[in-house]
Amino acid sequence: MKEKLEAIRKKAIEKIENSSTLDELEEIRISILGKKGELTQILRGMKDLSKEERPIVGKMANEIRETIENKLTEVKEEIKEKIKRERLVSERIDISMPAKEKRVGHRHPLLKMIEELEGIFMNMGFSVVEGPEVETVHNNFDALNSPENHPSRDPSDTFYITDNILLRTHTSPVQIRAMKKLKPPLKIVSAGRTFRFDDVDDTHSPMFHQLEGLVVDKNVTMANLKDTIDKFVKEIFGDDIKTRFRPHYFPFTEPSAEVDVSCLECRGKGCEVCNGTGWSMEILGCGMVHPKVLKNCGIDPEVYSGFAFGLGVDRIAMVKYGIDNIRLLFENDMRFLEQF
Amino acid sequence: MLVPVKWLKDYVNIDIDTKELADRLTMSGSHVESIKYVDEGVEKVVVGKIVKIEEHPNADKLVVTTVDVGNEQLQIVTGAKNIKEGDYVPVALVGAKLPIGLKIKKTKLRGIESYGMLCSLQELGIDEDLIPKEFKDGIYILDKEYQLGKDIKEVLGLKGEIIEFEITPNRPDCLSIIGMARETAATLGKKLSYPEITIKDETDDIKDYLYGIEVEDDKLCRRYYGRVIKDIKVGPSPLWLQMKLIEAGLRPINNIVDITNYVMLELGQPLHAFDLDKIEENKIIVRRAKDGEKIITLDDEERKLDETMLVIADGKKPVAIAGVMGGANSEVTRETKTILIESANFNGRNVRLTSRKVGLRTEASSRFEKDLDPNLADKACNRVCQLIEEIGAGKVVKGYIDINNEPKKVHEVTLRPKRVNKLLGVEIDTEKMIEILNNLELKAEKIENKIHVKVPTFRQDVEIEADLIEEVGRIYGFHIIEKKPLTGTLTRGEKSRERKIEDLIKTTLTGMGLNEITTYSFISPKAYDKINLPEHSIKRNCVEIMNPLGEDYSVMRTTLIPNMLDVLSRNYNYGISKAWAYEIGNIFIPKSVPVKSLPYEIKTLCIGMYGSSDFFDIKGVLESVLNKLGINNHEYIREENYNTFHPGRTASIVYGNNVLGVVGEIHPDVLENYGIDERIYVAEIDLEIVAYLANLKREYKPLPKYPAITRDIAVVVDKELMVKEIEQIIWENGKGLVEDAKLFDIYTGEQIPEGKKSVAYSITYRSHEKTLRDKEVNEIHEKIIKKLEDNLGASLR
Repeated sequence: MKEKLEAIRKKAIEKIENSSTLDELEEIRISILGKKGELTQILRGMKDLSKEERPIVGKMANEIRETIENKLTEVKEEIKEKIKRERLVSERIDISMPAKEKRVGHRHPLLKMIEELEGIFMNMGFSVVEGPEVETVHNNFDALNSPENHPSRDPSDTFYITDNILLRTHTSPVQIRAMKKLKPPLKIVSAGRTFRFDDVDDTHSPMFHQLEGLVVDKNVTMANLKDTIDKFVKEIFGDDIKTRFRPHYFPFTEPSAEVDVSCLECRGKGCEVCNGTGWSMEILGCGMVHPKVLKNCGIDPEVYSGFAFGLGVDRIAMVKYGIDNIRLLFENDMRFLEQF
Repeated sequence: MLVPVKWLKDYVNIDIDTKELADRLTMSGSHVESIKYVDEGVEKVVVGKIVKIEEHPNADKLVVTTVDVGNEQLQIVTGAKNIKEGDYVPVALVGAKLPIGLKIKKTKLRGIESYGMLCSLQELGIDEDLIPKEFKDGIYILDKEYQLGKDIKEVLGLKGEIIEFEITPNRPDCLSIIGMARETAATLGKKLSYPEITIKDETDDIKDYLYGIEVEDDKLCRRYYGRVIKDIKVGPSPLWLQMKLIEAGLRPINNIVDITNYVMLELGQPLHAFDLDKIEENKIIVRRAKDGEKIITLDDEERKLDETMLVIADGKKPVAIAGVMGGANSEVTRETKTILIESANFNGRNVRLTSRKVGLRTEASSRFEKDLDPNLADKACNRVCQLIEEIGAGKVVKGYIDINNEPKKVHEVTLRPKRVNKLLGVEIDTEKMIEILNNLELKAEKIENKIHVKVPTFRQDVEIEADLIEEVGRIYGFHIIEKKPLTGTLTRGEKSRERKIEDLIKTTLTGMGLNEITTYSFISPKAYDKINLPEHSIKRNCVEIMNPLGEDYSVMRTTLIPNMLDVLSRNYNYGISKAWAYEIGNIFIPKSVPVKSLPYEIKTLCIGMYGSSDFFDIKGVLESVLNKLGINNHEYIREENYNTFHPGRTASIVYGNNVLGVVGEIHPDVLENYGIDERIYVAEIDLEIVAYLANLKREYKPLPKYPAITRDIAVVVDKELMVKEIEQIIWENGKGLVEDAKLFDIYTGEQIPEGKKSVAYSITYRSHEKTLRDKEVNEIHEKIIKKLEDNLGASLR
């Protein structure tokens, strides 16, 4: 009996070791350990053994069974591992083949720029407000202290709907609306479409975009204006960019300034683009809100002061993205839009 | 404004280099646009005398000259025609460099050796437009005998730098050399010395020459100052005067005109000289032109006048358009014997409008239109008299006529030093402020705690305290003001709910593969025909622009669809196979026609798609957007009467009584109008209503704990039946246990009777309280089938 068991064990182990598929293993398992398997048969024949032999053979049979089972598991794992490895090899693909088309849309560079600018100012505590594109002459010019003889009022500069209604020529009328509606302290930005009587060419468009900012509170100073603008410029163009405040003239601010930034090409060292000056284009106009403008909006200039600034978004977007023709912004060629 | 630094130095001592000067002036408010270096590129050009001119043996168009350049005589071949023996001319020697990029070498012209070149002004780097007429096409003949061999740069004063300034419209006083000298003096803290105006000799009396000057419209002509000069000798100006004008950007014409131009550049007051013998009835009348009146101006163009324009007339006819240009009929010529110098002050707005109407903008009009200081008139006129006398071109007649109805006076403004520091955020001493103001000739004096300032009339822009604060600030230097962060009330940067919704819509659309576009707010009224809007359509009531750039940009849009179709058709024509786009923009709805008040501006979303898309793609895009905004209870109602769209493939989107918008396929007629040969899908949505309906609140619902059971159902119904009705029955009869009903198949064809279709749904049932049993689900499912059969005549397939 013992010999018989030992033979089964030996044969089984040998067979198991020689098998190469999971199916073969299963066959072996059934032929030995299955209901009709060799080992099972033997165990079934135990009853014919003597009382003394029975525990010994039983123990031996169980041990053999365990050995075989362990071996089966072990080889099964090996085969599984092998199959997995083979699969990894066989599933090799050409990763240089083209990607499947997954479409995601693209924001318009101009409007994306506006959102970016608004975001910067929101982080600085400015609220975003909006104003209408069709405005009153009063809000667009009169209340902003624009001289009656100012050429910008001419029909050759401004689109009129009636004698008193026009397409806003700048976002500054939002200042008037904000000051009349909200009382100080106020801190707002407003971006949007603006219109001037310019024929379409590479650098001009009858419609363009501005962003306006306004702060009115007690004790607001020109030093605060400089700080605000400087922070904003660094945020949008980089920490190494400097600002330069040049005195200028706007009817609705006094004092007024234009702001130059370091040349974006050479970062201020001086190059061909900036004529060696290190400074590039005036990117915005700003100043302390004119006392007459404050008065026009019912705010006492003896108590409150404020600053305002306005910048041309189209220009900033064009400089930032290196766009050389303003027409591209309004043609909406998908091949252009999909670059942003 | 072109300012030669040399000229500036006549009035103020400048001891820094021009680059630094330009920087400092820029920072004090006079923006430098460019610096031009005059003598750049002229080397080895000297004064020479033409000793002999001989024919060229081999060429008719060339001559051979012998030129004395001091230390030697050179043989030079030239093609010039305006030279004669004895002329003094600029000679470029062998080895000379000219700014036009020419290097002079010894050369042979048709077999004759030539050792240099006779130069024109253009070859010396002078702009063609600035060269006196007589030398335009020839060699420049010097006005007198200069030392032979002398460097031409010294003779012509071709040295130094010219700064070009951008002058802001509030500072007409800076449209003059003296004005810029004043700015320079204040910026550098130096003293300004004015030219001394004195006339040595005055003879006769003006009354002997001029009967009178009459100003009919004193609103448009605030002051008219005139003097007479006799024994005029018209001729070329001395070289120094010509060169000063050229450097400042004006072409020399003759000594009289040149002097009036010189004084205009120097003091900022435009002047005009009339030939007094051509003034009929010996009187000047400043009046409005008569409708239909005409004048030929100095540029030989006939100009039509009307009664909005101011003219200077004699007893019979207009002799000048006031402030714009003189008339040819009274022009100073070589024969002129007596002149009247006009030094007037005209209304800026009127000059501007007139100049625009006649299409003529001149040095004079560009100054007058900014409203000049009336107190300049007498000074400038006397300065002209002085200079004419000095160069010996005439004798000044005694007396003047001055019509000055409302003399402009110095006014006073008070400045509080505390206020300056408070507004600028700086600490400037009161003494320093006074010094700055005085350097600008704003006569400042401290009285108690305040500074009293007497503002001279040439600074009409200084009206109130804030103006003085700017003056102090800019000369002190904005760049010196130290940055300080805002203090005071902390504010939170907010965005309106509408803007947040707009942002969410954009993010959603971008995520689905749509590109954002932006188009003009104005369109052509013809666009409404192009999108087949009926003639009576309310959308044709639009806000019209009075002065559009052209018909294409003449009305404010009442729909975004035409611009969307333009963009799609443009892309289609570029051969782009797929364009999915959206625009968010305003439409403009007038409150009344004609427009009397601001229109409604309604923020609108337009979606447009072509290429791998159909109706259900655009519907899917819309559904995703509305779903993101928490809008669910809307319906799609068939829309058959919107002519822009395909009648069978269009829906209105309705929520209760609100119409959100329209979605559909563009009508083939409209596609034809836009030249597009592909199906286009467009939706237009009113974002104000969407914002009103949107619900951005989100609340967590527990995830399902119990398993779902899915049953499929396929029914045959009438072909025309809208599946919406089937869905309605499924939901209504689901006892709240229907979680989802998905349409997965629609079939017509074999096995389905004519006029019918098979519709298949997969229905998911689930309870949130327990595990559903088959039996319960079967009961509900059976009921649904029964209802479909009873209500819709459906039969189970």
